[in-house]
Amino acid sequence: MSLLARNFSKILVQATQTAGVRSLHSSLPSLNETGISERPDTRITCTLIPGDGVGPELVYSVQEVFKAASIPVDFESYFFSEVNPTLSAPLDDVAKSISKNRVCLKGILATPDYSHTGELQTLNMKLRNSLDLYANVVHVKSLPGVKRRHEDIDCVIIREQTEGEYSALEHESVKGVVECLKIVTAKKSQRIAKFAFDYATKNNRKKVTAVHKANIMKLGDGLFLRSCEEMAKLYPKIEFERMIVDNCTMQMVSKPQQFDVMVTPNLYGNIVDNLASGLVGGAGVVAGASYSANCVVFEPGARHTYSEAVGKNVANPTAMLLCSAKLLRHVNLPQYGDMIRNAIEQVLKDGKIRTKDIGGQNSTQEFTYAVINNLKMPSRV
Amino acid sequence: MAARILKNITSASTRTVGSRFYSGEIKKCTIIPGDGIGPEISAAVQKIFAAANVPIEWESVDVTPVKGPDGKFGIPQAAIDSVNRNKIGLKGPLMTPVGKGHRSLNLALRKEFNLYANVRPCRSLEGYKTLYDHVDVVTIRENTEGEYSGIEHEIVDGVVQSIKLITEDASRRVAEFAFQYTKDNGRHKVTAVHKANIMRMSDGLFLRCCREMAEKYPDVKFEEKYLDTVCLNMVQDPTQYDVLVMPNLYGDILSDMCAGLVGGLGLTPSGNIGLNGALFESVHGTAPDIAGKDLANPTALLLSAVMMLRYMNLNQYASKIENACFETIKEAKYLTGDLGGKAKCSEFTNEICEKIAASS
Repeated sequence: MSLLARNFSKILVQATQTAGVRSLHSSLPSLNETGISERPDTRITCTLIPGDGVGPELVYSVQEVFKAASIPVDFESYFFSEVNPTLSAPLDDVAKSISKNRVCLKGILATPDYSHTGELQTLNMKLRNSLDLYANVVHVKSLPGVKRRHEDIDCVIIREQTEGEYSALEHESVKGVVECLKIVTAKKSQRIAKFAFDYATKNNRKKVTAVHKANIMKLGDGLFLRSCEEMAKLYPKIEFERMIVDNCTMQMVSKPQQFDVMVTPNLYGNIVDNLASGLVGGAGVVAGASYSANCVVFEPGARHTYSEAVGKNVANPTAMLLCSAKLLRHVNLPQYGDMIRNAIEQVLKDGKIRTKDIGGQNSTQEFTYAVINNLKMPSRV
Repeated sequence: MAARILKNITSASTRTVGSRFYSGEIKKCTIIPGDGIGPEISAAVQKIFAAANVPIEWESVDVTPVKGPDGKFGIPQAAIDSVNRNKIGLKGPLMTPVGKGHRSLNLALRKEFNLYANVRPCRSLEGYKTLYDHVDVVTIRENTEGEYSGIEHEIVDGVVQSIKLITEDASRRVAEFAFQYTKDNGRHKVTAVHKANIMRMSDGLFLRCCREMAEKYPDVKFEEKYLDTVCLNMVQDPTQYDVLVMPNLYGDILSDMCAGLVGGLGLTPSGNIGLNGALFESVHGTAPDIAGKDLANPTALLLSAVMMLRYMNLNQYASKIENACFETIKEAKYLTGDLGGKAKCSEFTNEICEKIAASS
């Protein structure tokens, strides 16, 4: 009887497998033949937070490109800002929209040194905590045509971003003595470690480096490091390495090619993200994404509002456009995502149109138009 | 009024510290050779100092941990007495045995002498090419509190709380040191590195202390930058920074990163300034694999010693030795293995000695 049941279930599995394979086979050629015409019936809705500083300009550039390529994505735009609280949409609405749509494209929110309400948590932290966006992934890759000191950088920085130094637990014990708590929990450390190893497995990466300072913060960072070590045992195919954060930054500026996937607690992640972004061309060219179990927020990898350039039409939209390309791939529109990515790479490789941050004189708009002109519909490739 | 009195007191005290070293007599100076390559590079520095006729008498002490009366391992009393007596010391790399029950000797020395500011100048060396040119930054790091306060506990199983401690006194002290250093060394700008947008109270306090101090030094330019912005800009264009002042952890990370820009810890000097004296050291490791083989590069310790001479107002000797060292590296005839040469430590040292002899 049991034998029968096993055989029966085996047949069932085989049947679904062949069905899966068949559908794959039938869908692929049809895509090549008709290309873009085979659109999904439903359009995708995506929450959009332009952010502060040059955010709105960059988001506008993304919208232009989407319009030009007639990408079936609708934006649900929210003005969300800490420096402009009267105009800002309520956190609940934004969070609700993101958890409904499950994807979001977000500019950078400015975080002032002093909150007008006396709160310690920044709006960014609140959003992350309410959606539990625990893993920030920044893929730092040398771009063609952007000349920098280091070549062939290709690393992924995975950062825990819901605890650690960014817990906003601070108090003044007596006047002139401030305590700031850094919280590290086993649960969240294990979660980020698992995320990192899963990411490495899924993306065919070879090595995971845990960045820590456990030699000084023996308990806090020690717990993080131990969680990573334990997780590493479950993934024997992936090499695991530990590195102290100060050594890591030094290695990063001298031999950045050695890094593959890095997993870090909150603050060190922020440092390494920015450092690595600096190596490949700055805040304007690196895309990132924050993941929770349910939704993804795509935002530039190095978080700078570039507020001194507001309205000057000089910011580099590359990071934001790359974010949108990642977003398209995430919502299963990879052909559009690749189209945008290829267009950006083509523009950068040609090197005729460059924004100021990568040594040119062109405006955001000119760069955007250059990208649009280089969009190649997959059917014609 | 109170402020003016305070100012008078502080300026008077700095004057006495400075003038104490002006007399022509020979100073005593503690030297801690350290472990691994430490003894070789210390000997090299001593040889070079002798060649330059620096009026310093070395007092060599051993800091191998001994068991104290309380049963804990610690620095021998003789070493502590020596540094306390001389108020100035030079230290080679020390090995911190992992997990042997005694705390880091570096930390112990830091506590013992109240070394509150760590100064690390990073300068591109001519003749040793890295990807970054014209780097010339000084990182000044608060050394006694912040994230490294060592206060941690596990609240419940699996939840650890570490405390970052920022006090007004320590922040003001390091801010004042940074501005005074900038002024004394003919530099122009102090950048306070912080993360007050995230840690609004603790880093906010540090930042406020820097701002208040900036008002007292109107001829020094002052700016505030977020830690992430500094990281980003430092690797793109390091020339836009001059003197950086920051809390403990940020300083630890940025100083090593800046050292990376100019070629690693083997080339960057470091000084710890304290209430009860100053300790200059090389911050690289003990390199046990090349110890005793006459292959180590003494540059970091030598440049630390040069910093020490400047601190003692022996500027003339400092410049002479520094120039000879830079010249030797620039000529690239006698470079040690880490700089891509084939010379031995002794050959490199001899070349510097010859240059000094030639210049005087």
